[in-house]
Amino acid sequence: MNAYRRYQTGSQPSHNHPPYVSTKERHPTQPLIVIPHTLSETTGPQFTLDDLRNSSADLTKHGAGEPLGERIVVSGRVIDQDGHPVRRTLVEVWQANAAGRYLHKIDQHNAPIDPNFPGSGHMLTDDDGRYRFVTIKPGAYPWRNHHNAWRPQHIHFSLFGPAFATRIVTQMYFPGDPLLPFDPIYNCTADEEARKRLISSFDWETTIPDEALGYRFEIILRGRNATPVEE
Amino acid sequence: MLPATTSQTVGPYFDIGLNLLLISDLAGPGERFTLEGRVLDANRQPIPDALIETWQADATGNFPREGDTFRGFGRVATDPNGTFRLTSIKPGPVAGPHGTMQAPHLEVSIFMRGLLIRLTTRVYFPDEPANATDPILNLVPVARRGTVIANKTESGAFHWDVLMQGDDETVFFDI
Repeated sequence: MNAYRRYQTGSQPSHNHPPYVSTKERHPTQPLIVIPHTLSETTGPQFTLDDLRNSSADLTKHGAGEPLGERIVVSGRVIDQDGHPVRRTLVEVWQANAAGRYLHKIDQHNAPIDPNFPGSGHMLTDDDGRYRFVTIKPGAYPWRNHHNAWRPQHIHFSLFGPAFATRIVTQMYFPGDPLLPFDPIYNCTADEEARKRLISSFDWETTIPDEALGYRFEIILRGRNATPVEE
Repeated sequence: MLPATTSQTVGPYFDIGLNLLLISDLAGPGERFTLEGRVLDANRQPIPDALIETWQADATGNFPREGDTFRGFGRVATDPNGTFRLTSIKPGPVAGPHGTMQAPHLEVSIFMRGLLIRLTTRVYFPDEPANATDPILNLVPVARRGTVIANKTESGAFHWDVLMQGDDETVFFDI
């Protein structure tokens, strides 16, 4: 069993990021304690289709009728840092509706709720690491971080990968969004190239004629070191 | 080597996507226990929108594989008082580095609005002789070790608080 590679400096956000005000009272102030990867970190939960029987990968079919907004198809591959597909791993997504409102009790944004759009989807990657879901393009929405703060359009992604060590939650953005330069959450990662990889690309190949525009978003999970863990 | 995808916050609305797989009772053979506690911010105020995930070995110290009855995975959210509660079975000891054994423990992931990347920690059990020789616990300064060991309450449940900041800030691990 090989340990997983450590994240490269700057490739992940730091815990304290003052432009995102909520980090202030919620980030650890003591340095994290570096530990070796043991079986506890190199194993992790696995999920099956049976876990997903009450959901699907078509977010436009989770209400009684058709949701409002621009229908899109989001797809891509989940691979590791060596390019190997991450097979049969759980992908959980959630998002605002086309008007920029979440179907959530604490979201009080003055925009309409869409009763036909609960806003979540669940799927497993296939044997080539591919995932695909149908949804509505989410709207931008205001938040209270600073004066006139607006979140760019985004979709939340949660992935497990093969081990406890590979777990990640992230957000996918859309190309050309004018709000990206001003968003403290998008800009929390120091490495500009790492940030840009959170932006999906418009994709003719997966665009369905007369049906939906395609967007592609690739996800790369930590890979393993070449040298085994000492056990 | 390809660059790993960067993390983003789970935000305040994660229950929309993550509630499908909330698991607060990990059924399986072994000694049942309940773990409860609170997640508190820098001002000791409850954090009502935190998500806690756990991963653990079974009672014999083996990590579950696909198809096993015992799943080993728990996921609970905090309530308006910042409280969470999880029932499971006590894990057995598992192998550590260099031929050592690790004391029974839960791996813990913590997500919340205001956290841009997952925090990881562990919970150990009190009155467990194996804690003294646990290779990971021994990397933690003695004064902070208690932050990752639960307390037994009068009701028999284990209590463990997560303190994001302060003099007794919880130990988080860089894995």
